[in-house]
Amino acid sequence: MNNIVLLPVLIPFIMGVILILFRNSPSIQRFISAVTAFAMLAVSIYLTYIIYQNGITTVELGNWPAPFGIVLVGDLFAGLMLILASIVGVACLFFAFQTIHSEREKFYFYPFYFFLLTGVNGAFLTGDLFNLFVFFEVMLIASYVLIVIGGTKYQLRESFKYVVINIFASMFFIIGIAYLYSVTGTLNLAQLGERVGELEQTGVLNVVAILFLIVFGMKGALFPLYFWLPKSYYGPPAAIAALFGGLLTKVGIYAIIRSFTLIFTHNPDFTHNIILALAGFTMFFGVLGAVSQFDFKRILSYHIISQVGYMVMGLGLYTPLAIAGAIYYIAHHIIVKAALFLFAGATQKITGTTDLKKMSGLLKTHPALAWLFFIAAISLAGIPPLSGFFSKFALILSGIQEERYFIVFVSLLVGLLTLFSMMKIFVYVFWGKPSLSEEEVKKTKLAPLLWPVAPLVALSIIMGLAAEPIFSFSMEVAEQLLDPSLYINSVLKE
Amino acid sequence: MEILMIITVGVLVSVATYMILTKSLLRVVLGIMLLSHGAHLLLLTLSGLGEGAPPLLGEQAEAYSDPLPQALILTAIVISFGVTAFLLVLAYRTYKEHKTDDLDELRGSADE
Amino acid sequence: MKTNFLMLHTITRIVAFIILSFSVFLFFAGHNNPGGGFIGGLMTASALLLLYVSFDLKTIKRVIPFNYSTMIAVGLLIAIATGLNSFLFGDPFLTQYFEYYDLPVLGETELTTALPFDLGIYLVVVGVALLTILTIAEDDA
Repeated sequence: MNNIVLLPVLIPFIMGVILILFRNSPSIQRFISAVTAFAMLAVSIYLTYIIYQNGITTVELGNWPAPFGIVLVGDLFAGLMLILASIVGVACLFFAFQTIHSEREKFYFYPFYFFLLTGVNGAFLTGDLFNLFVFFEVMLIASYVLIVIGGTKYQLRESFKYVVINIFASMFFIIGIAYLYSVTGTLNLAQLGERVGELEQTGVLNVVAILFLIVFGMKGALFPLYFWLPKSYYGPPAAIAALFGGLLTKVGIYAIIRSFTLIFTHNPDFTHNIILALAGFTMFFGVLGAVSQFDFKRILSYHIISQVGYMVMGLGLYTPLAIAGAIYYIAHHIIVKAALFLFAGATQKITGTTDLKKMSGLLKTHPALAWLFFIAAISLAGIPPLSGFFSKFALILSGIQEERYFIVFVSLLVGLLTLFSMMKIFVYVFWGKPSLSEEEVKKTKLAPLLWPVAPLVALSIIMGLAAEPIFSFSMEVAEQLLDPSLYINSVLKE
Repeated sequence: MEILMIITVGVLVSVATYMILTKSLLRVVLGIMLLSHGAHLLLLTLSGLGEGAPPLLGEQAEAYSDPLPQALILTAIVISFGVTAFLLVLAYRTYKEHKTDDLDELRGSADE
Repeated sequence: MKTNFLMLHTITRIVAFIILSFSVFLFFAGHNNPGGGFIGGLMTASALLLLYVSFDLKTIKRVIPFNYSTMIAVGLLIAIATGLNSFLFGDPFLTQYFEYYDLPVLGETELTTALPFDLGIYLVVVGVALLTILTIAEDDA
């Protein structure tokens, strides 16, 4: 019993509610939200430290014992995700202070920002399948509002599709829960993990497992269910797109990793091979989309898809090294991807467009922006000594160890194409003759836009240079994930 | 009874699928509503249509029915109520801005 | 054509209060019997909606000058605060406490922390239902 596990969910929720009361005064809203974001970061780090010291920590809501009541479980994986979510939360919030229109601020931008984080943190911590659904919905409803806020024609049209697709996936989630409850008679993740191992109904469980793979794959943008992502992430302002691009799909991936290491481990030959095949298709088609685009934000959106493939590839290989690589990759991706989206927002603010063909020569006028972007871009492509290299290295190494040469080949090819499309952005946007006149350059102050992003880039460099300790931490996380009995015992306390 | 309920669920889901695949915004919303009804009914049916007493303290019956699925469905209904309200307003606003409710015309091009 | 709402007005004046008092009954019945904040809140919302339908928006807004989004926020805060109060006793979030007291008029009464929690839910439900419907209804264009 430790109430600290609850705080990452409670803090943003309470503060989001309080922010509703101050909806007409943007300055108070900004102050409260900045304090809240930093408080969340502090609490997540402290919680992870406690988990690291004492092992998996749980809290049983309302003092109802575990399989009957609602339980929140903090393990190392959840702790790591919480820290990453809070870091991105802080960065995007400070970027939003600079770029969000005051009209959007009045329409409950900050409350929903924190409700979104409530849902995300709750999804990381929950130890109950139905609560995972509820927190998914909290997150999604907040995301519906954030994606449509501002109400331009494009946003309305694409958000409608985004909302419909997500509701559709949620309904499949309920159907999956119905099947699983009728087969196992429980929805507690720990108890599910226990019972699925004992049941000898592989056929039904395979169906349920694939159903959940479809649901989480739709949220996490897996092949062939990624089609909704590029268009809907193009509409909202950069701060929101960065938060979505960094976090939302990763919640789906988190759910896939959690359920396929804890619950559906009954038949890995079948399920995990499907996951591996999907990973290959996802990364290949995602990167093809990115190569074919000439728009800053769209290229980045397609890269989300291709990189989701890498994370899932780690799960598909299903060895400690591969899972550790996937976890490292998630950490790297959340930070770098959010940074890249914020760079897209900064260039959009400077040049007024995201079309690559209409920009050029920002290297001369905005060198700081250019080089920070360059670091983030090559980190995404996986150039040593940045964070992207080591995570891909671990994944590919374990692929070779497992003798899955085809997926290794695909992932190397995708890495190359990623480098190509990132360099395409760099060449179009930053090389060439400056397209802006001097007045236009002076009009936008760059420094306040770069401050929120620079720490993210710095973090990517640090994660690359300090690969040894971070990788050994990922190994510990992976070992905890691959030994479900740890999770089960600490929840059910037998 | 279970068979009948499952067939009802099947009808609901197939009608919902048809509605979601039509071109009109409003029909898509209606399809989403029907789909959620189907899913909730399925959850209720699959967890067993018990014949015990309602799970209340004062009943003192021999057997009680399982309260969990009902709690789950209540939660799911509230969520889908909120989402549907949002979706309706969104569809209405989309219609007002674009002056059309035909999803073919709302497709948009790849590079705008 | 001038329509005559006499019937509707007369009936609404009586029925709205019957529904309101029934919603209060449902609200207090909750916890150990069917009822509670959610259903009570929906009932209250329906009574208020009946008023909005039979009289018109402006009149009722003058009579009930609440801001519903503030109401939602206050309701949520009450509910969370009830849950948080278990932190004082070192129990997990949302732990409920109940005790029997002798109150002057009511006699022996059970007082629980579930009641203020339900009050929070009640406010949220009334606020959400009315805010949703009024937002859609206010758009005349």
